[in-house]
Amino acid sequence: MHPAPSVIIFTTLSGLGFGLFMWLGLGTPDVTGMPAFAWFFVAYALSTGGLIASTFHLGNPKNAIYAFSQWRTSWLSREGIMAVVTLFTFAPFAIGKIFLGVTWPLLGNLGTLFAVITVFTTSMMYAQLKTVPRWNMFPLIPVLFELYAIAGGALLAGEARIAGWLILAVTVLQIITWMAGDKKYATLATNKGTATGLGRFGKVRMLESGHTARSYVMDEMVHLIGRKHAHKLRAIATILIGVLPALMLLLLPATKPVILLAVASHVIGVTAGRWLFFAEAEHVVGMYSARG
Amino acid sequence: MTALPKTTRKKLGLVIDLDTCVGCHGCVTACKGWNTQNYGAPLSDIDPYGADPSGTFLNRVFSYEVAPDDGGAAQTIHFPRSCLHCEDAPCVTVCPTGASYKRAEDGIVLVNEDRCIGCGLCAWACPYGARELDQLAGVMKKCTLCVDRIYNENLPEEDRVPACVRTCPAGARHFGDLGDPESEVSKLVASRETVDLMPEQGTRPVNTYLAPRPKDRMGRDAAELKPVATEAKGFLGWLDKALEKI
Ligand code: SF4
Ligand code: SF4
Ligand code: SF4
Repeated sequence: MHPAPSVIIFTTLSGLGFGLFMWLGLGTPDVTGMPAFAWFFVAYALSTGGLIASTFHLGNPKNAIYAFSQWRTSWLSREGIMAVVTLFTFAPFAIGKIFLGVTWPLLGNLGTLFAVITVFTTSMMYAQLKTVPRWNMFPLIPVLFELYAIAGGALLAGEARIAGWLILAVTVLQIITWMAGDKKYATLATNKGTATGLGRFGKVRMLESGHTARSYVMDEMVHLIGRKHAHKLRAIATILIGVLPALMLLLLPATKPVILLAVASHVIGVTAGRWLFFAEAEHVVGMYSARG
Repeated sequence: MTALPKTTRKKLGLVIDLDTCVGCHGCVTACKGWNTQNYGAPLSDIDPYGADPSGTFLNRVFSYEVAPDDGGAAQTIHFPRSCLHCEDAPCVTVCPTGASYKRAEDGIVLVNEDRCIGCGLCAWACPYGARELDQLAGVMKKCTLCVDRIYNENLPEEDRVPACVRTCPAGARHFGDLGDPESEVSKLVASRETVDLMPEQGTRPVNTYLAPRPKDRMGRDAAELKPVATEAKGFLGWLDKALEKI
């Protein structure tokens, strides 16, 4: 799949933002007044920044209002609704904390629940797609997305020790997901024979593509560039997402510079990981145009 | 809306004969022409005369070679691909806006461009590469089964079929109700072997592909051809004998 910057930024930032909301809703860190303002500002900036980035991916954003209408069937619609509901639930909670110096735990916990559901809907947008075998892994993909949000949120919330362990866990789960994806694709039932239905007559080979130039389907779904360096990138992402931040958070004193460095490394690593999430994902339509 | 109808009253679709298709791309051109001047946003081209041309098409013809496992001669098969108007259309249920829908009356899968946000999720969900986001209009384009021809009473009756069917010089494309066992297309399908496209995706396409018949098997089949007559009869027999005598 084409690793469009808008969707990479969207899943990375909004994942972190809703992850931070999850902790803030549970009262971690337990702050009021100006410090609370700073934390909620970061959470809102990340989550809405991510959502705004995702609209750059739309061909026709002027119809965006309709995207809230199909919650009965569409995970993307559910995601839009849950994101808005979560942001609105946290608004009075944040106002209470910042201006009134009070905490409404029930509201906060409800917000946390909504944030968890939002991240789940995002993950299902990918996990539901049978056409992209590497994404079509339930519950692995949703659990991975949730753990990324919870771990990143803990890190942003300043919970150094907890974040260290969670980041270690998400790194291990990411490696497991890569391996599961490799296995799934290697044992896939779909090939050029089943794609064309001609497999029972012999060995199928493409002679001529349906187009001499580029096409939307090729550009969007048959992205081949990333796969060459995938293994090197996986190693780099593993170090940045997890190994480095976890070592810093678990072994060094939890000072501001240490946490900031860990955040920087983690965010760059997650961005690289999300780039791979798209670039490595094969779409079955590629079978129709695969040479050889 | 994006919930799929449980059943549709008709199952309108195409029957494409892989045995007959000569790969002329006539259907591609006819489709592009009709759908650029009619239903919805035109099918745009980007940089059409430049170094990196691209454009939106609702139908494209690929060509494959099939080499039999027993070492017989390989066959070339031309393979037109457009929307299959699936009964379990995954492109419809993923759509967040309700722009994508399947009609309960005839099963045609359409995009309402006045609702589409151009998110592209439906194209991701389609296993067959049948949807293309128009790069100028920013909305999703797909085969409409020429919905603006097949019911169009302003057209002469023989033109009330999809443009690709009407134009095919080889007669490789057929249109009709595949839900009615008595229809011409259903009878055609019943009389022939068919091929399924990615049945493992569970989309249950309405469009049906007729399998290519085996060709170029002379080597093996020649042995089975027995001479039908060893001695000539009638006028030719007399001529043969007469010439022998000379
Ligand atoms: S062929 Fe693709 S676009 Fe057409 S109905 Fe099936 S899944 Fe949808
Ligand atoms: S591109 Fe348009 S039709 Fe396709 S899923 Fe998005 S809104 Fe629906
Ligand atoms: S039915 Fe119409 S829209 Fe569909 S491929 Fe044929 S010409 Fe194109």
